Amino acid sequence: MKDPNNWFLSELERRGVSRREFMGFCGVMASALALPKSVGAKIAAEIARTEKPVLVWLEFQDCAGNSESFLRAERPSAADVVLDTLSLDYHETIMAAAGKQAEENLQKAVKERAGKYIAVVEGSIPTGENGAYCCIGGRAAIDMAREVCGGAMATIAIGTCAAYGGLPAASPNPTGALSVADAVPGVKNLINLPACPANVENLTALIVYFLTFKKLPPVDSYRRPLFAYGKSIHDNCERRAHYDAGQYVENWGDEGHRTGYCLYKMGCKGPVAYQNCPVVRWNGGTNWPIGCGHPCIGCASPDFWDKMSPFYQHLSGIPGFGVQSNIDTVGVWATVGVGAAFAAHGVISLAKRWKEGQPARHLPEEPGKEVPEKGGRP
Amino acid sequence: MTHVVVDPVTRIEGHLRIEAEVDGGKVSDAWSSATMFRGVELILKGRDPRDAWAFTQRICGVCTTVHAIASIRAVENAVGAAPPPNARLLRNLIIASQCVQDHVIHFYHLHALDWVDIVSALSADPAKTSVLAQSISDWPLSSAKYFAGVQGRVKAFVARGQLGPFANAYWGHPAYKLPAEANLMAVAHYLEALDWQREVIKMHAILGGKNPHLQSFLVGGMATPIDPDRQASLNAGTIAQMRGLIAKARDFVTRVYIPDLLAVASFYKDWAGYGAGVGNYLVYGEYPEKDGASPPLFLPAGVIRKRDLSKVETFDPSKITEQVKHSWYEYGGGDDKALHPSKGETKPRYTGPKPPYERLETAGKYSWLKSPRYDGEPMEVGPLSRMLVAYASGHPRVKELVGAVLGKLSVGPEALFSTLGRVGARGIETQLLAEKMDDWLSELADNMGRRDLRIHDNSKWEPASWPAECTGAGFHEAPRGALGHWVEIRDGRIANYQCIVPSTWNAGPRDAAAKRGPYEEALVGTPVHDPTKPVEILRTVHSFDPCIACGVHVVDTQKRELARVRAL
Repeated sequence: MKDPNNWFLSELERRGVSRREFMGFCGVMASALALPKSVGAKIAAEIARTEKPVLVWLEFQDCAGNSESFLRAERPSAADVVLDTLSLDYHETIMAAAGKQAEENLQKAVKERAGKYIAVVEGSIPTGENGAYCCIGGRAAIDMAREVCGGAMATIAIGTCAAYGGLPAASPNPTGALSVADAVPGVKNLINLPACPANVENLTALIVYFLTFKKLPPVDSYRRPLFAYGKSIHDNCERRAHYDAGQYVENWGDEGHRTGYCLYKMGCKGPVAYQNCPVVRWNGGTNWPIGCGHPCIGCASPDFWDKMSPFYQHLSGIPGFGVQSNIDTVGVWATVGVGAAFAAHGVISLAKRWKEGQPARHLPEEPGKEVPEKGGRP
Repeated sequence: MTHVVVDPVTRIEGHLRIEAEVDGGKVSDAWSSATMFRGVELILKGRDPRDAWAFTQRICGVCTTVHAIASIRAVENAVGAAPPPNARLLRNLIIASQCVQDHVIHFYHLHALDWVDIVSALSADPAKTSVLAQSISDWPLSSAKYFAGVQGRVKAFVARGQLGPFANAYWGHPAYKLPAEANLMAVAHYLEALDWQREVIKMHAILGGKNPHLQSFLVGGMATPIDPDRQASLNAGTIAQMRGLIAKARDFVTRVYIPDLLAVASFYKDWAGYGAGVGNYLVYGEYPEKDGASPPLFLPAGVIRKRDLSKVETFDPSKITEQVKHSWYEYGGGDDKALHPSKGETKPRYTGPKPPYERLETAGKYSWLKSPRYDGEPMEVGPLSRMLVAYASGHPRVKELVGAVLGKLSVGPEALFSTLGRVGARGIETQLLAEKMDDWLSELADNMGRRDLRIHDNSKWEPASWPAECTGAGFHEAPRGALGHWVEIRDGRIANYQCIVPSTWNAGPRDAAAKRGPYEEALVGTPVHDPTKPVEILRTVHSFDPCIACGVHVVDTQKRELARVRAL
């Protein structure tokens, strides 16, 4: 048996990745995870020692947007190495095998690696028509999800559809679409990585976290890792100073829009949306939606299609509009405007917990317990 | 006779199932079935039409711009918004960069493994691979040492015994014809293309904030401000950045993708004789070169029937219908009817087997796709259709590129009507657009220099400025073909919404007259060496670049006539 550590270092060399570059990557991951820089060394050591864990990626009622996001993983050589430390045994959009041979690969992973593989689910899971709204190899999605997630060491629900039902579950939810948590009750070690699609930086960070610390990260009441969803968009927004100064975009293309003023009046949901977009940004840090002049639509929030829309209607009832406000005040008032159910269970409790410095919840025992009820759109 | 089922069809977007009869080593009949349904149009009812682009965009994350574009065009058409020239240019750049990136991903990451045997690459001689690579291109990554490094990487991967996404495929199948060295070169470029696609799509991050699912679309224009003197706007710096990305895109397409395509195709010329399909080609046209209601288009609209390149008919949207005889929907007036999208009437009605199932009941309804028809005929849409219509319409650069490709392969224009023809046409279109993008970027820069900074028609933003009732249509050429959205707006809300999508045209089932859809027709006659390893079926199906999530939809059940429908 080859020494995996030697294998890894020779692989790095073969790919022209110097040890220094690799350590640099691990340092970046450490900061994505909001860890001290010194932890980078630990990450590097752990990745080099780890045998390739098996990943099984299922697509149900999806658009493959999260798979595409996965293909945009940045920091090429080092990120490539990290992805190679996983064995992606099933992923319909990427895998070479098809049909019967593809099904065999899935069965092999599920049977031979029972309890050891990581399941990734993209897309919601329909329950209408006995599951006929989504079949793969003649099997209903819900049947596959129960088997594959049921036997996994951990499940990552990637994207808002898998995490919360997403677009298919938007009112009137024609196919009875459910999130993973709702479709597979009791699923072990479920982590939600919502957003439409999820930012690959957060997927990479989650995997590195897992490989490094041999456990899953602490999550909020929506099972989102705190390292990526612990702060509001508004809190970290580069346009926050304009909000505080009362400088707003009034019309698309106006002076304020061109100058980079706050998009609140154009419908921005940043004050009630929790994700690290302003910090991590997208496509290798190139840009992000607000940086491009468009309001945040709150795509990592449960039921955002119903509760954050209409997307161009501004959040209502913010006191002290145009003067200094803090995020908790804005968050409280804005969510009341957006939806009562959402406010009752979600953002406010999280914001308060954050403010009061209470420890975040770890993996909830009861899946879906705190996921807000499905509601009609306003 | 053997009944072959391929489900899941992998390396596509969405959930596609192919059933085929194989007789005497050939496909004698085939059925294409989409096995996933979401009902996006039902979800749109009652919502703000200005939000519709974001909802429909999520129909597909691979062609992540196309439904947003079709949607804003449909709503603009309905409410009478007139996007300014800069919005047109920004959109053209977004659409073209999507198409270029998507086509390259399709070639290397979705289709190549039907033609390229990765295992064979292990036995290649890196020195000979270098000679081969340098004989077809001056691309700098072509030394023996480089290919030895790639081969070593693949060997190490295999030696670990965890083959991941490459496990249990058809490696060693006699249908693989490339020499080991060509396989190794292709594997190297598979990996390079993976890096390349991630870089060039930063165009979308600049113009749309992120990719996938860009977030800069607006009914009436774009949300990306333009101002040479502001750092929060597109300015000279971002123009230069995009110029660099376009150059990077063009460089790879010209020096890697096209040479690879020609090299691979030269070993598979027999595939110019398979996969012809229905022989009818439909194009809505794309890339408006001017503003207003009926602008000239860089890629023309048109219809070609029965492979007759001597005649291009004018596209007439009123000739589009959809049928449900073999789809899991029902029509009130009977399932033999053909209805125009403006009179779209659909009720999902699943009559297939209860899952889990082994076989579909192909004599009855067997797909979540409907059967779109143009003037009663099945139509192929996509890059081949676009290149044929442009070629037959006398588009100078398309004629030049098509001529060059046919000349290199020493085949005539009839070779275009095939599985290989689709692969070639996709490459030609990629080259064409990679060359063209600079022009639109220059126009944008010129406008910026003249301080024409308009990006949006504010006059029709507020719903109060709209008629109480209005209807509109938006047409677009997505990477996979002709896409149409139809919207009806009442009192500022969506009353009815409908999409007819490229993969519905191509992957749809038989119609009431039992005419096969394009996939089905193209599969007939495809050779199958070993029915348990039907790599040849994948070659033909993949040549269309299936995108099934796009194709499946449901329309509103109300019968409301859409008024005038106009293109773009």
